[in-house]
Amino acid sequence: MDRLSATLDRLGGVYLLPVAIGLLTLVVIPTSTWFTLTVAGLAMGMMIFLMASGLSLIFGLMDVLNFGHSAFVSFGAFIAAAVLAALAGWVGGDSPALNIVALLAAIAAATAFGAAAGWFFERVIVRPVYRDHLRQILVTIGALIVAEQLILSIWGGVPIAVPRPRVLEGSILFGNVAVESYRIFAFALGVAVYVAMHLVLNRTRIGLLIRAGVENREMVEALGFRIERLFIAVFMAGSALAAMGGAMWAGYQGLITPALGSEMIVLVFIVVIIGGLGSIEGSLLGAIMVGLVANYVAFLMPKMALASNMLLMMAILLWRPYGLRPAVRG
Amino acid sequence: MTDVAADTPVQSAPASAARTGRMIVYAIVGLIGLALLFAPFLFPDVRSQEVAARICIFIVLVASYDLLIGYTGIVSFAHTMFFGLGAYGTAIALKAMGPGFDAILLGGAAGIAVAFVLAVLIGLLSLRVKAIFFAMVTLAAASVMLVLASQLSDITGGEDGILYEIPRFFSPATRLLTDADGKVVRLFGVALNGKVALYYFVFVVSALLFALMLRIVASPLGTVLEAIRENEMRAEAIGYRVVAYRTAIFCIAAVIAAIAGILRAVWLKYTGPEVALSFAIMIDILLMVVIGGMGTMIGSVIGVVVMSLAQFYLKDVMQFAAEATSGLPLVPDLLNADRWLLWLGLLFILLVYFFPAGIAGTLMGKGRR
Repeated sequence: MDRLSATLDRLGGVYLLPVAIGLLTLVVIPTSTWFTLTVAGLAMGMMIFLMASGLSLIFGLMDVLNFGHSAFVSFGAFIAAAVLAALAGWVGGDSPALNIVALLAAIAAATAFGAAAGWFFERVIVRPVYRDHLRQILVTIGALIVAEQLILSIWGGVPIAVPRPRVLEGSILFGNVAVESYRIFAFALGVAVYVAMHLVLNRTRIGLLIRAGVENREMVEALGFRIERLFIAVFMAGSALAAMGGAMWAGYQGLITPALGSEMIVLVFIVVIIGGLGSIEGSLLGAIMVGLVANYVAFLMPKMALASNMLLMMAILLWRPYGLRPAVRG
Repeated sequence: MTDVAADTPVQSAPASAARTGRMIVYAIVGLIGLALLFAPFLFPDVRSQEVAARICIFIVLVASYDLLIGYTGIVSFAHTMFFGLGAYGTAIALKAMGPGFDAILLGGAAGIAVAFVLAVLIGLLSLRVKAIFFAMVTLAAASVMLVLASQLSDITGGEDGILYEIPRFFSPATRLLTDADGKVVRLFGVALNGKVALYYFVFVVSALLFALMLRIVASPLGTVLEAIRENEMRAEAIGYRVVAYRTAIFCIAAVIAAIAGILRAVWLKYTGPEVALSFAIMIDILLMVVIGGMGTMIGSVIGVVVMSLAQFYLKDVMQFAAEATSGLPLVPDLLNADRWLLWLGLLFILLVYFFPAGIAGTLMGKGRR
């Protein structure tokens, strides 16, 4: 038994879980459907990862759980939709280059807004209530209510259609399996963001300081570093990522409502809990597992889709109360 | 000696202010209690009856939530889930078994039992970790329950909810007292029919539950809970099993919320996600607790009344303001009557910053640390 667990650890330990889920379901689902579902799950997982990683990192470094995080997701989605609608000529045009430029502009606008809103949020909303969890939760919930109402008053309550760039419409054929190109794009963007975050956290001086801050905030302060600047930077980056995830999700869904953020935040919380607070590796692992399970179960037992993720979370909490890869011990 | 002499006048000023404040709070709560007690006679119109019954039920719901957030320092988002379990249990039984007290008892008991089991599971599973973790787990659980309620439409009626009959005794056709001619007796011009009986059923059960909660917070259990809120490590070090106490109060609050759900189901003759399970109710509860004052049982009474009145009258004020500013861009949209939650949210944030003790807590001088 010990040798078995040692071998498993060498092969990747908990990182094998998504692979195991994939292989197990391969038995019950026909191969070509399985392939489509897996790609969909990976793409969905990557978009959730964008939203979850910021939340997790903010919590790890600042010990702040931002319930208003879903507001950034919603705002990101709506701003991306507005930009895409404004650039409708480029989005629907024949030139693939202009298609992509329009999409990138939408994502960039959402991300920039997320960063700016994150700055405002950290400065005005969260700053006065550091180290007081109860009031943090209350204040960020209040901010979430206000933000949702603002979205309602700006864009109204009716669902808004999001145009998808022409070049990313349709699918690419791999043998007899069709894969939507938007999913490939979402997956690629997620991987790029993960690699960038991994490199920043592990190869740069700022990343070193952030990791040190997660480990022991007081010591970093005592060594003379301005930790509040790090706080702002991480908060802005986390919020920007949430808005980017929201923008991607808007394009993926094609139809968005103001409730989008609060629907996603449940999945995001489940991901962060499964992955363990404060680590981006954990968020990635949790996001991919949630994405895969959601898609497989939606195919096998459609009514159980969200409940399945809840059960997954319960099972993992029973096994590891702090999540799979926590950076901070709660 | 000199120190004491110097201290006395300084301390007595806030102490007497707190005493006056406490008298004011008790007077307000007493008035509210009297108003609710005589509500069928004071406010006989249908709309006011609805508001009065809703206030009774929400006082129980909000006070039971205050047991968690105010007294123990647990943030849970699953409170509407327990409320909804009680309501749906009663509703499903009334629909399946027909109108009768046996259906209310059986369905209510089933709802309470499910709420209790879920509370034990969630509590043992996640109360051992940080407050924030618990908040996330309960939020996830509550949203799963919401999705289940809308998807299992064969049992729960989905988004439309369930309409059902309640026992004949509570219908307006029932005569509680008849005079010599066999007509229903009128008291202060109000017919003593089944509707009045239904209101007093809701009122008495709510009052009993509220008294029970007052008893709980005054008991040794309540003291231990406050100790856990103030300093978890120290409470554990003295020898109190923090996890056991937290789970216990979480279960108590869940059961009380489920009973409030039964009352809601019986009063409304309708149960659906909008009135019993939605996240909007959770936000209402949160606002009521914070506005009234966390950690004060009677604060929840004030919070519920203020919020309920605001929900009814703030909309009218905003409607007026929106019409007055209709020439400006965006401003009328922000003042639209449907956006009242926006302003309440801003008020909520300001309250948490500047008056974290809420109305009752600030008046009674509990806010100072």
